[in-house]
Amino acid sequence: MPLAASSDPMNPTRSFQGLLLTLQRFWAERGCVILQPYDMEVGAGTFHPATTLRALGPKPWKAAYVQPSRRPKDGRYGENPNRLQHYYQFQVILKPSPPDLQQLYLDSLKAIGVDLALHDVRFVEDDWESPTLGAWGLGWECWCDGMEVSQFTYFQQVAGVECAPVAGELTYGLERLAMYVQGVENVYDLNFNGLEGEDRISYGDVFLQAEQEFSRHNFEYANTETLFRHFSDAEAECKALLAAGEAEEGANSAQHKLALPAYDQCIKASHVFNLLDARGVISVTERQSYILRVRELAKACGAAWLKTAGGGAN
Amino acid sequence: MPDLLLELFSEEIPARMQRKAAEDLKKLVTDALVERGLTYEGAKAFATPRRLALTIAGLPVRGRDVREERKGPRVGAPDAAVQGFLKATGLASLNQATIVSDPKKGDSYVAVIEKPGQETVAAIAEIVPAVIRSFPWPKSMRWGKASAESGSLRWVRPLHSILCTFGAETEDPEVVPFEVDGIKSGNVTYGHRFHAPGPITVKRFDDYVPSLERAKVVLDADRRKEIILADARNLAFAAGLELVEDEGLLEEVAGLVEWPVVLMGDFEERFLDIPGEAIRATIRANQKCFVLRDPATGELANRFIPVSNLMASDGGLAITAGNGRVVRARLSDAAYFWQTDRGPLPDLDTLKESAEKLGLDLAKPLDQRMAKLDKLGVVFHAKLGTQGERVQRIAALAKELAPIVGADPALAERTARLAKADLPTEMVGEFPELQGLMGRKYAELQGETASVAAAIEEHYKPLGPSDRVPTDPVSVAVALADKLDTLVGFWAIDEKPTGSKDPYALRRAALGVIRLILENGVRLELIPLLTKHGDRFSGHDSINSAFELVQFIAERLKVQLRDQGARFDLVDAVLETGVRREAMLPGMSNSRDLVLIVQRLNALGRFLDTEDGRNLLAGYRRAANILKAEEKKDGEGAFAEAPKLELIADAGLIEEKGLAVALAQATPKAEAAIAAEDYEGAMAALAELRPAVDAFFDKVTVNDPDPALRANRLKLLNQLREATRAVADFGRIAG
Repeated sequence: MPLAASSDPMNPTRSFQGLLLTLQRFWAERGCVILQPYDMEVGAGTFHPATTLRALGPKPWKAAYVQPSRRPKDGRYGENPNRLQHYYQFQVILKPSPPDLQQLYLDSLKAIGVDLALHDVRFVEDDWESPTLGAWGLGWECWCDGMEVSQFTYFQQVAGVECAPVAGELTYGLERLAMYVQGVENVYDLNFNGLEGEDRISYGDVFLQAEQEFSRHNFEYANTETLFRHFSDAEAECKALLAAGEAEEGANSAQHKLALPAYDQCIKASHVFNLLDARGVISVTERQSYILRVRELAKACGAAWLKTAGGGAN
Repeated sequence: MPDLLLELFSEEIPARMQRKAAEDLKKLVTDALVERGLTYEGAKAFATPRRLALTIAGLPVRGRDVREERKGPRVGAPDAAVQGFLKATGLASLNQATIVSDPKKGDSYVAVIEKPGQETVAAIAEIVPAVIRSFPWPKSMRWGKASAESGSLRWVRPLHSILCTFGAETEDPEVVPFEVDGIKSGNVTYGHRFHAPGPITVKRFDDYVPSLERAKVVLDADRRKEIILADARNLAFAAGLELVEDEGLLEEVAGLVEWPVVLMGDFEERFLDIPGEAIRATIRANQKCFVLRDPATGELANRFIPVSNLMASDGGLAITAGNGRVVRARLSDAAYFWQTDRGPLPDLDTLKESAEKLGLDLAKPLDQRMAKLDKLGVVFHAKLGTQGERVQRIAALAKELAPIVGADPALAERTARLAKADLPTEMVGEFPELQGLMGRKYAELQGETASVAAAIEEHYKPLGPSDRVPTDPVSVAVALADKLDTLVGFWAIDEKPTGSKDPYALRRAALGVIRLILENGVRLELIPLLTKHGDRFSGHDSINSAFELVQFIAERLKVQLRDQGARFDLVDAVLETGVRREAMLPGMSNSRDLVLIVQRLNALGRFLDTEDGRNLLAGYRRAANILKAEEKKDGEGAFAEAPKLELIADAGLIEEKGLAVALAQATPKAEAAIAAEDYEGAMAALAELRPAVDAFFDKVTVNDPDPALRANRLKLLNQLREATRAVADFGRIAG
């Protein structure tokens, strides 16, 4: 695909939003539904039910979306040129994984302005595992000139359930990619809207203050007592919804009625745990047990999802 | 003779798995061929990131014909038996069977079945799919539409195509036809992902390799390594520098490229303030690039060498620039760690208690880190408590060991207290392989004495059989304390290595103890030391654990000595002298002092090389055999008493008297020599027995009709047996 003239603000090499829109268009043209971010705090695009839950069950599924991801521990008060506690992931999920997924991925890089005759793109072993989601897969880190720009995973198991069929997941680190194609050393210097002069909006204009404030919140001010309570509440609510949604004995349909609301509570518990972890109030031994508690919720939600229409139950 | 070419083309295979996978492919296919009687002249396997390939030369076109005779029923047997015979042998009628006559059993039918040998092509078509389906990848996966069904093909990453041809050099080889999960075998492969992605038709190995080369794929990993190494050395040389060679990295990088292109980039000189090992660690681990050094000073240079997989249209400028950007970001991180670790920690007040407990000085950064490690309660092992508790134990033991190895106890204790302090540093958190080394650097910076700083690094040593053993007494004390604490701890909670399972590397720790002791000549009675240290753990019998642990160490010593070429039987003879527990108690003659054990072994070996030694051994054997036979009659220990010298004087033969006198002279001499740790002397004293022993067996009949004389002679022989036991158990010596 020929690039638009470089003066075009929507050119993926000129603006952050241009990059994002180019990826959306690219994957839309390949049959993906373009979703909007999930409206909850998550640590990675994988947590979006469009990935976690849709990866389960026999139904084909193709989706792409941007997901703001929160990693409270990675906050650096806006002082580190490439570490953020809030950043964007672009997520693609294709179920079943198509045979030419690697080529599709390379084509998407071309679309955002990476010249494959000039840049060294490599697939380097990186097996993915999410202990909290009870999920794992095999795949690679995708390197561009030695920089990791994406994660490429063939899901083998999610929520403790074998994937059948297997879904392919692509996760682009948007800020990193944008820094690369814009040739910028500091994330806050990224051109966000592609305009120049007074009209130019940088990534820093949009997010620097948020990074500073949320770093303070994550490390210093988040009320840990409240958070511990939130964790327990979410855990209890998740379990209650899972129980309440089960089909009654002898009912016509064996479907689960509340898998998605229950999963929301699982997401909530996971994020609260991340915050507590950032506050440093969870000891090494406790940490493991919290991860296990979230995983139990995820597994139960996955099991419930398989009893819904979306999960392939009749 | 025809050749086989097989290629399995897939998405990127992890570098660390490629070499083994190629070897596995070769072994599985050739084994299966040989099992069917299809022998071959040679086989070689290859791997690149995207393919496994195998060539087998000199296979037969078909297997050998098999002729089999199967015996059937007697002539005139009932019809059911005849029908069964025909069915089992595949004969149409009895006319096809031959009749053999046996004088006793009469005539019976025999079927001669001639099976033509299987076509090799057909055998390959069965073997290869089976090998693919059961391939021993460390981790494998499912993919695509097929993965909806259970039992779908697993491979390390999606498998895309299979090339399999078979044929002689003189003809066009044929495709061996088979299908695995929808992938049909063919004669097509693909070149480099970016330079030559199109299909390439292949005949045989001879054109396969050059076709791939033209398509920018170097098939042989060893050749890729040679190219990388040569080009990297040349680039370094041209810049007046020297490549820091790294076999592990080279092997990995060769598994990441099909067409290696070696480049050189640089970074700002200011980053060279960071310890060179940390620079190398980050560039190696995160970027898989080589580093360079100045041959004059040995210091790292501000250059790095990435190996790319692309002949870029700009000659690699963009690739080098991109790698440089990442390297700089990584080095910025490392510089930040290096700076942070040297500064004070926040919230020092909360560390006071830990500092007091461990005797740390909170004014110093490394002391603060140790206090933090203790405060955080980082667990060493669930049943063995925290790192803080472990450090306290090691410090106590190091202090006790110090005078034994000639170290200053205060320095040994100080070292032990700081030995684990680098674990919570940022640098070690990021690069665990730098543990010890960073501790040393930080210790030097805060003004610790040179031997303390060095010992912080060296206390982990030796890490393996080829690793250097520390010699500085402070290092020796702490290195021993570190390993012995681990061993005593795991013995206390009864988690010893079993069979092939040794998750805490306890065998390595024991070998480390042995090498530290022997190579430094450390004189150490292990039992009392380990018993005392065992008391620092609860819930076990520390004396019992100490004995068991020493037995384990002795076993490792045995293995070690044998590996060094010592005779198995001599090692046993020395080690098994008095394994009875009471005989090993502190202060007893059967010391578990490893240095003495080895000295004794060496003296014994030399002694047995002499004629005196060999003859004494022969004499010992005769005595032992007679005693064994007679003890069977009279009971164990029947001749344990000393012989009655009056009886020998009154009624004994002259040779009997001679042996009694020789024993009376040699035994105390040998014992005195052993007490003085003079094993050569002890052996020499025993050697003096030889003429008396020879004469005794020459002239004296042990089993005299007079029971009193017989018993007395046996008692004399028993004394001879006991005398030799002082140096070794001669009964275990072979040959």
